[in-house]
Amino acid sequence: MGNLYAEKKSRAANGPRVMLAAHMDEVALMITRIDPKGLLYFKTLGGIDRRVLPAKPVIIGRRRVPGVIGTKAVHLLEPEESGRAVPLRELYIDIGAKNKEEAEKLVTVGEGAVFQSRFCTLGGNRVRGKALDNRAGCSALVELLQYEYPVSLTAVFTVQEEVGLRGARIAAYNLKPDLALVLETTTAGDVPGAKPHQVSTRLGQGPALTIMDRTLIAHRQLLTALEETARRLDKPYQWKQSATGGTDGGAIHLTGAGIPTAVVAVPCRYLHSPASVLDLGDYRHLIELIHGFLTKAPGRRSGQQ
Amino acid sequence: VLRILSNGQQTLEENRGKNSGRGDGNLAWVDLLRRLAGEQGVSGREAKVARLLSETLGPLADAVERDQLGNVIALKKGEGPDPHPRVMLAAHMDEIGLMVTQVLEGGFLRFTPVGGIDLRILPGQEVIVHGLRPLRGVIGAKPPHLQEPGERKEAVAEEELYIDTGYSGEEELAEIVPLGTMVTIERDLETLANDLVAGKALDNRAGVTVLAACFQELTRLKHRADVYGVATVQEEVGVRGAMVSSYGLAPHLAIVIDVCHGDMPGVAEDEGFPLGKGPAIGLGPHVHPRLFAALTETAQRIGVNYQVEPSPTPGGTDAWAILIARKGVPTALVSLPLRYMHTAVETLSLKDLKETARLLAAFIQGLEPAFVEGLASY
Repeated sequence: MGNLYAEKKSRAANGPRVMLAAHMDEVALMITRIDPKGLLYFKTLGGIDRRVLPAKPVIIGRRRVPGVIGTKAVHLLEPEESGRAVPLRELYIDIGAKNKEEAEKLVTVGEGAVFQSRFCTLGGNRVRGKALDNRAGCSALVELLQYEYPVSLTAVFTVQEEVGLRGARIAAYNLKPDLALVLETTTAGDVPGAKPHQVSTRLGQGPALTIMDRTLIAHRQLLTALEETARRLDKPYQWKQSATGGTDGGAIHLTGAGIPTAVVAVPCRYLHSPASVLDLGDYRHLIELIHGFLTKAPGRRSGQQ
Repeated sequence: VLRILSNGQQTLEENRGKNSGRGDGNLAWVDLLRRLAGEQGVSGREAKVARLLSETLGPLADAVERDQLGNVIALKKGEGPDPHPRVMLAAHMDEIGLMVTQVLEGGFLRFTPVGGIDLRILPGQEVIVHGLRPLRGVIGAKPPHLQEPGERKEAVAEEELYIDTGYSGEEELAEIVPLGTMVTIERDLETLANDLVAGKALDNRAGVTVLAACFQELTRLKHRADVYGVATVQEEVGVRGAMVSSYGLAPHLAIVIDVCHGDMPGVAEDEGFPLGKGPAIGLGPHVHPRLFAALTETAQRIGVNYQVEPSPTPGGTDAWAILIARKGVPTALVSLPLRYMHTAVETLSLKDLKETARLLAAFIQGLEPAFVEGLASY
């Protein structure tokens, strides 16, 4: 299916088999139609608020064709059009092609288009870029693979999370681990206009632990072990204060006879937009938390309820 | 690692390497357009664009200066015996943008639009805040779990938009970003197929580039007229630079270089003009009929494709102000068709840019004092 597995054998005999998962897919647009004028019409692949789409540059398909998301100029709108979000069917990608035939030489229906934005540091210790959901998790996984742990570790970079946690299900079935940790990003709500009860996580307060979301109730002992690790290492962490969203954990914990699973996430603003923002301190602390957990991982099967 | 995983091999340089360098002699003007469009010059704060432009026009003109409001005026003197008709070529160099009105708790900025920016394109946009030092930022988009049902059908209101600077404390931020700081979209010029380019502020840095290209063309042509190339300020907030510069220069005739709407889905053929089919020459109450005729005749004579843009109203370009300067200035309007005007991905054809410069240079070359005197009697 395309999942990428990286296995790190245990030095200790009988160490638990741990699956660390991070999805490597990103939200995108899928080209569904090329019109006679050579404009590309699309549907969203994964959950994208259509309001972030107008006037953004994109890169399309295997040939990496540059294009821009166009829409009627503001001067030409009817009064009733100006206050509403542009409907998806009125948005299209302009690659400069003269007609359908010319466009088809560059782009094939079914290909994906991703945002083209600049990865850069922002403020003191933050970064801005596309697809931080969940390249941040992937990146953390890569960093963790540098170390040796007393566990049999398999890092899985999963596919198709954004369209229904599909790669993770297969991976978990293949591995049948004793426990699984999902490394993710999660919505940060510390932005203007959000009421206090709406702030699910905050940037700069450490990685977020999920108690419950739409797809998973995290394994109690696993969560406690993570919390104790954070306390032992004196590292900041926060609880995700909403029960919304879903992750690969939802698929993994229901695989086979059930797998103890928890989710640790970097809070991230503007997920699923061309430019999301996260705090590198949170990212660093997430790696340290997982590192600390794996270094003193519970014995085999102790994670069972 | 995160940087590589976020953006992969998809660097701008790579794309550029693949798509650029195709043009026939377009390249130097693409570079100028890229630099001009990349520079910050929100209405009223055009100094950086003016500096770059003065450097560019310097070697091509006899004199370059800035007037009291900041308009850049380059003079290229005509040859031969007196009289030398005074011709004004005007292209506005300001761009629409945002102005910081409040520094909020948590490192966010509120703003107000400068000029007619399309608010619908702002969520998720990368920006540069031109404070005491430039800061990168992003215009926030409300997370889905904070949205009310049905909210996605509505455009985000101005008062709900904000810029995230990545700063965590507002004190530090307020020192770097005084109120009134201008903000522009952060966008590099992108090359599309068929010599099209897309980016921010092509309205009207493309017009300014045409002006420079025309001056370049004139260096190898003989012309009688004294040509005043004016890069005007504050067009987007009410054609203000054109108002004072045309008063100051008192030209015998003026040609305004701007952009008009390109063809887009949902736009009628007489409102949106195809890209790559040549400049659109304005026709209507804002244009002197004999200048219109002379321009179209020149285009036919030298084989420049052109289109006609009829408009029953004076329109929102510098031509509006120049026509009624002093006792009236015979004025024409030449526009580059441009898609997605006032967004961050304005798109136009480099071919049109080059052809427009060629047309204007040929028109000026052929300009006789008798024709100019004839304009005085309507």
